[in-house]
Amino acid sequence: MGSRGSRAAVIPDVDSIRRETGFSQACLLRLYHRFRALDRNKKGYLSRMDLQQIGALAVNPLGDRIIDSFFPDGSLRVDFSGFVRVLAHFRPIEEEDTGMRDPKQPEPLNSRMNKLRFAFQLYDLDRDGKISRQEMLQVLRLMVGVQVTEEQLESITDRTVQEADEDGDGAVSFLEFAKSLEKMNIEQKMSIRILK
Amino acid sequence: MGLQMFVTFNPWNLLLLFTALECSEASSDLKESATSTAQHVPNAWFAAAGSEPDERISVFELDYDYVQIPYEVTLWILLASLAKIGFHIYHRLPGLMPESCLLILVGVLVGGIIFGTDHKSPPVMNSSIYFLYLLPPIVLESGYFMPTRPFFENFGSILWWAGLGALVNAFGIGLCLYLICQIKAFGLGDINLLQNLLFGSLISAVDPMAVLAVFQEARVNEQLYMMIFGEALLNDGISVVLYNILIAFTKMHKFEDIEAVDILAGCARFVIVGVGGVLFGIAFGFISAFITRFTQNVSAIEPLIVFMFSYLSYLAAETLYLSGILAITACAVTMKKYVEENVSQKSYTTIKYFMKMLSSVSETLIFIFMGVSTVGKNHEWNWAFICFTLVFCQIWRAVSVFALFYVSNKFRTFPFSIKDQCIIFYSGVRGAGSFSLAFLLPLSLFPRKKLFVTATLVVIYFTTFIQGITIGPLVRYLDVKKTNKKESINEELHIRLMDHLKAGIEDVCGHWGHYQVRDKFKKFDHRYLRKILIRKNLPKSSIVSLYKKLEMKQAIEMVETGILSSTAFSVPHLAQRIQRTKRLSPEDVESMRDILTRNMYQVRQRTLSYNKYSLKPQTSEKQAKEILIRRQNTLRESMRKGHSLPWGKPAGAKNIRYLSFPYSNPPSAGRDARAAESTDDDSGDPGVPSIKFSTHSRVSSLQKRPQTQEVIPMRRLHRGGKTFNFGYQRNASLEEDVGAGRRAVLRPKPLFYTVDEEYESGRESEEESSAVGSRWTADHGHSREHHKSHSPLLRRK
Repeated sequence: MGSRGSRAAVIPDVDSIRRETGFSQACLLRLYHRFRALDRNKKGYLSRMDLQQIGALAVNPLGDRIIDSFFPDGSLRVDFSGFVRVLAHFRPIEEEDTGMRDPKQPEPLNSRMNKLRFAFQLYDLDRDGKISRQEMLQVLRLMVGVQVTEEQLESITDRTVQEADEDGDGAVSFLEFAKSLEKMNIEQKMSIRILK
Repeated sequence: MGLQMFVTFNPWNLLLLFTALECSEASSDLKESATSTAQHVPNAWFAAAGSEPDERISVFELDYDYVQIPYEVTLWILLASLAKIGFHIYHRLPGLMPESCLLILVGVLVGGIIFGTDHKSPPVMNSSIYFLYLLPPIVLESGYFMPTRPFFENFGSILWWAGLGALVNAFGIGLCLYLICQIKAFGLGDINLLQNLLFGSLISAVDPMAVLAVFQEARVNEQLYMMIFGEALLNDGISVVLYNILIAFTKMHKFEDIEAVDILAGCARFVIVGVGGVLFGIAFGFISAFITRFTQNVSAIEPLIVFMFSYLSYLAAETLYLSGILAITACAVTMKKYVEENVSQKSYTTIKYFMKMLSSVSETLIFIFMGVSTVGKNHEWNWAFICFTLVFCQIWRAVSVFALFYVSNKFRTFPFSIKDQCIIFYSGVRGAGSFSLAFLLPLSLFPRKKLFVTATLVVIYFTTFIQGITIGPLVRYLDVKKTNKKESINEELHIRLMDHLKAGIEDVCGHWGHYQVRDKFKKFDHRYLRKILIRKNLPKSSIVSLYKKLEMKQAIEMVETGILSSTAFSVPHLAQRIQRTKRLSPEDVESMRDILTRNMYQVRQRTLSYNKYSLKPQTSEKQAKEILIRRQNTLRESMRKGHSLPWGKPAGAKNIRYLSFPYSNPPSAGRDARAAESTDDDSGDPGVPSIKFSTHSRVSSLQKRPQTQEVIPMRRLHRGGKTFNFGYQRNASLEEDVGAGRRAVLRPKPLFYTVDEEYESGRESEEESSAVGSRWTADHGHSREHHKSHSPLLRRK
C-alpha cells in the first residue's frame, strides 16, 4: 500500500495542482500520502468524519471551524485538490514569490491577502463578507475559558468590533479586518514550515 | 549570593545544617574518643558478648559510626530535596537557571561543611559504586522518557551528530591540549598523548538536557529539541565507551608506542561495543515486554520486572565489556511501548515516578560529591591547562556543530538554521558525567589526576553557571520574540485565533518522516510483535479500575461552578444591540486585556515539554477537557434542536455525569468523552460508570455489551495516549488504533439500534443515541439521518 503510491504520477492532476498551489513535487507527494492516510475507507475523498478523527483537532477550540473550512460551499466531500488548496494558504512566502510575480497571474494562494481571507472566513460563517458582532462574539466564546462571564465577553466583543470598524456599520468587513492587522506579521504567523 | 537566597528561603535548611553540623562534630568527637579507647564497643546492649567489662551499662550512648554512611547520604539527599523545594517556590528561578546549578551549590555547601568540620566523608563514590549503582538510573530515566517517534525520525541526524560529534570533540580537544602540553613553559610535559586524549574524551561528555528547562518557554522547534535530547542520550554512552577504550590503551601501552594495529583494533572495538550493547538492550527489552504480558495477577511486581530487566541488561552488557549504557537505553526504548500497554495503571505510574526518583537521587549524590571535591585540598591549579581547556572546549564544540550540521543539512528534509545551530552550540553544558569520569581516573596511570579533576570542575562550573544562566536570554533573543508592545484587543484575539488555526492545520498535515521504514516497522510490529508481547483479553476489571476515578466529583464541581449553565452555551437570542460607541477608559481596556490573556485557551504545544527534574501534570489537559465537554454540549444542543423534543429541558438542569478519561491523561485520548445522564440509582453504582440506564435492567444489560466493546478501544486509546507523557499528542498510530477500535465498535451497532427502539424512557435513549450516535455511528455516512429516522419512532411512543 505504501510503496505503490510513492510516485508522483499517481496523484491525479498533479501539474495543475502544482501550478495552483506552488507546492514542490516532494511536498505534494507527502501531502498525498497524508491524504490517503486520512481517507480511511479509501473513498478517494475526505469527509468531515475523516477529519474529525484527527484527535488533536478535537481539543482545538476552533477545530470544528477549521474542518468546515475544508468544505467550502457546504459540500460534504473534499478531494485531494481541494485538500491541498486549503493547505496552500499556509505555504511560507518566499522572497522570490513576491519579487518576480507576473501581475497578470492570479495572486498565489499563500499571499498575505489570501491568508487573511482564509482567516476571515473562520469568523464569517454566513459568508456575507462581514464579521458581525454576533459572529465575533461566537468566536470569542469559543476561544475563551468558561470562567469569563457573558457580560465580559460582550464588552470585549464590543471593543473588538469598535476598534476595527471604521465605517460604523457595526460589522467588520474584510478590508477593515486586513487593516486592523496590518502591523502583524501574518506571513510568519500563518505559515507552516514544513509546507514548502 | 545565590547561597544566601536559598538559605533565607528555607528555615528548614538552617535546621538541617545545624543537625548536620552537630552530627559531624559529634562524629569527630566520637572518632577521637573512639580511637582513644582501646576497644570499640558498638553498643552497650551487645556488649554482653565477650568484650572487656566496661564501667557500667550506660543508659544512653551515641553510636555514629554504625549509621554514618546511610545517615549522611540520607541527609544529603534530604538537603538537596529541600533546596529543590525552595528553588521552585520562587517560581521565576527555574526559568533563569538550570536546576543543576542548584544541585552544585548544595554540593558545595555540603562540601564546605564537611571540610570545615574536618570530617571524613563517607566513601560514596568509587568506580564500582558509580558505574554499578549511580549511573544506570540516570541513563534509564532518560531512555525511558524519550519520545520515540521523533527520535527515530531524526535517528540518522542524531547518530551522526552525537556519535561523530563526541569523537570529533574528544580527539580535537585531546590533540590540542597535547600540543599545549608540549610547550615547555607550562610545565605540563609529563602528560602524554594518551592521557590528553582521555581527558578530551571525558570532557566532551555534555549534558545539554540540564538547560532544556531553561528555554522551554521559547518555542524551540521539535527537531531541535530532539537533537538535544538525542545527543544527551547517546553522548554519555559514547563517552564512556571511548573512555574505557582509552583506559585500556593506557594500561596496555604504558611504556610502548601504539601501533596501527592497535588503533584499528580500538576502532573496531568501539563499534562492536556500541552495537553490541544496543542489541543486548533490545533483546532484554523484548524479554521483559514478553514477561509483563503474564503479570496481570501479580501487578505489584510489574515495576520490579521493568527495573530489574533494565538493570540486568546493563549488567549483562558490562560483563561482556559491551556498553552497558547503550544497552540500558535500548532496553528502555524497546520495552516502553509494550510494557505500557501491559501493565496496570498503577504500575505505570509507579514506574514513572520511581524512575524519576532514582535518577534524581543518583544525580544529587553525584553533584554533592562534586561539591565535596570542590571544597578540598586535593586540587592542582595550572593556569595554562585550565584556560586552554575551556577555550578548546568551546572552539571544538563550535567546530563540530557547524561542520557536522553543514553536512547533515544536505541530507535532511528540514535543515537546521544557523539559529538552531547556535542554540545547540551554546547548550553544550558539561555535567555530572564528566566529573565522574575524571574522578574515577586511576591514580596509578595518571599521576596528574588532580589537575584533570580541577580542570574538569572548572569547565563544569563555567558551563553550568555561565552558559546555563545566559542561554535563556540568548534563546529568547534569537527567537526574535515580538517586543512587548501593547497590542490592541483586536490584535490579541486575532493572533490567538491564528495560532490555533496554525496548530490545527499542522495537525491536519500530520507528521512527515521516513514513511517507508516507519510503515514497514509498524506493519511488522502489528503483525508479529504485538501479538507476542501484548496481553490479550484485557480483563474488564482493569478497564473498570481505569475509570475508577469517577468523573462524578468533577462533574458536580463543574455544574456548581456554572460551566454547564445554559447561558454559557445557548446561542443568544438577544436582540441586536444598538451600536453605541462607548468610550472605554484605559483601565477598562486593560482589564479586558487581562481577561483575555488569562482566560484564552492556550495553543496546543506541538513541541515537547520534557522536564528532567519533574513530572509536571499537564495544565493543558484541563483546558482540553473543557473544550471537549463544551463541544459535546454544543453537539447535544444542536442535536436536540434538530429534534425539538417536547420534553427537552435546558442542559444545566440535569446532573450530568461525564464519562471521560482520567485526569492525568493526554487530551488526545479524551476525545471520546461522552456525556451521560445519571439517575439516582446510578450514584450508588461504583462499577462501570458507563451504565447509565438502570431503569430497564434488561435494556441495560443489552446496553452493557456494546458499551464495554466501546470501552475497550477507549482503553487502547488511553494506552496509546499514555505513551506520550509530556504534552506531545500527535500519533498517527494512535489514530489507527482508534480507527481499528472504532471499526470494532461498529459491529455491535445493530444491536444498539434495536435497543434504542425498545426504549420507553425515550428521552434518555435519545440523549444517549444522540451523544453516542454523533460519534460512533459517524463512520457511516448516513449517521445523522439514521438517528433522525429513529427519533420519529421514539416520539411516537
